[in-house]
Amino acid sequence: MYKPIEIADRIYSVGCRDWDIRDFHGYSTYEGTTYNAFLILGEKNILIDTVKEKFADEFLSNISKIIDPKKIDIVISNHTEMDHSGAIPRLMQVIGEEKPLYCSKMGAKNLKSHFNRDFNFKVVGSGDELKIGDRTFSFLETRMLHWPDSMFTYLVEDAILFSSDAFGQHYSGDKFFDDEIGDEIIPHARKYYANILLHFSPRVQALLKDVAKMNLKINMICPDHGILWRENPSKIIEAYDKWSRQEPANKVVVIFDSMWDSTTKMARSITSGIESEDVAVRLMNTRKWHRSDIMTEIIEAGAIAVGSPTLNNGIFPVIADVMTYIKGLRPQNKIAAAFGSYGWSGEAVKILNNEFSEMKLDIIDEGIKVQYVPDEDDLNKCFDLGVKIAKTLKQKLSGGKDGQ
Amino acid sequence: MEKYECVCGYVYDPADGDPDNGVEPGTSFTDLPGEWVCPICGASQDNFKKLD
Repeated sequence: MYKPIEIADRIYSVGCRDWDIRDFHGYSTYEGTTYNAFLILGEKNILIDTVKEKFADEFLSNISKIIDPKKIDIVISNHTEMDHSGAIPRLMQVIGEEKPLYCSKMGAKNLKSHFNRDFNFKVVGSGDELKIGDRTFSFLETRMLHWPDSMFTYLVEDAILFSSDAFGQHYSGDKFFDDEIGDEIIPHARKYYANILLHFSPRVQALLKDVAKMNLKINMICPDHGILWRENPSKIIEAYDKWSRQEPANKVVVIFDSMWDSTTKMARSITSGIESEDVAVRLMNTRKWHRSDIMTEIIEAGAIAVGSPTLNNGIFPVIADVMTYIKGLRPQNKIAAAFGSYGWSGEAVKILNNEFSEMKLDIIDEGIKVQYVPDEDDLNKCFDLGVKIAKTLKQKLSGGKDGQ
Repeated sequence: MEKYECVCGYVYDPADGDPDNGVEPGTSFTDLPGEWVCPICGASQDNFKKLD
């Protein structure tokens, strides 16, 4: 149960908290999440977004604590993904099927497809406004941030940006606002960016430029997940600017898996080599770390080294999982190197290099493959590879600085 | 020349091309390089439909 909170004059947060969820379509959510929705009272009562279908009753009960749900006049759907639209059919059934449902063109298409039915759609696009009494709702399409239907709704008089999934975090705790939780929320926001938005970074850059040009006053940003940004909304906007620029940092992530600890030994030697050059390093065993946590480390790194044994003439399945995931999220401006132990054929390093190449990463070494167990000589070569990665990264970073 | 719409809603207009990705204005959809993908969502060309 979620006690509705008045976040501004006659504006309530009425969503639901999902304390239990730990796997959000393959993204680890150790602290659950929230499905935020907002009720705005006025000459007409307006609801922005809903919750996951299974929380529909709880959601209606939350709204009932403020007004009779039947008194909702208009629904705005900023984002049609099921965690925000799942309760729409139930909601419409309660408030009246004829009530208008505002969404983007792609939003209408998606909702029809999700629920195999029609609604009283009012399709809006960027620049369109809905004026009701003393309130003005201005719409901004944010296509592919992170779905084709995504849009923002800006409440002009209160200067509140309802930002759908952008600026969100999977966090369900006892805090509701940025000023209550402080910087503790930033790693959650970074994880959300890394796993949900990274591949659309060029779109994020374009959006931030557009928003800057519009010179919007923003008192509060209300995303569809996690805490609301009211004390300092510019903090998360600046963080998005930083993350979406994908500038390399002085850190290497070494990602590996192993069958008989041979690739582990190689990974440790590479890590030592990186450390010897005073570059930060994170060693991540893919069977100990969730893919979404690995991704969160990668966005703050300038290089990755990936190690895989060769199994059945291919890369190790867990490494394939992580590589598929990383590739889809399109990290840019990274140095890359591969390594791995093998028994007889040893294809893994070549396969990893091909993947790096398709990902347009900067492969700085042909990689190291070692048959069976690495000896001292092999481990020295791995150490040297670590040194090479660190030195190349430092060179790249200092070059970047000169250019600024 | 004909316009094509991607599954994400992006419309390729040959009059504009896609200069950010090396496609000159005036390039018809069928003349796009094989590796060209939707600049918005990354979908391949077979995800586009001709607009009426």
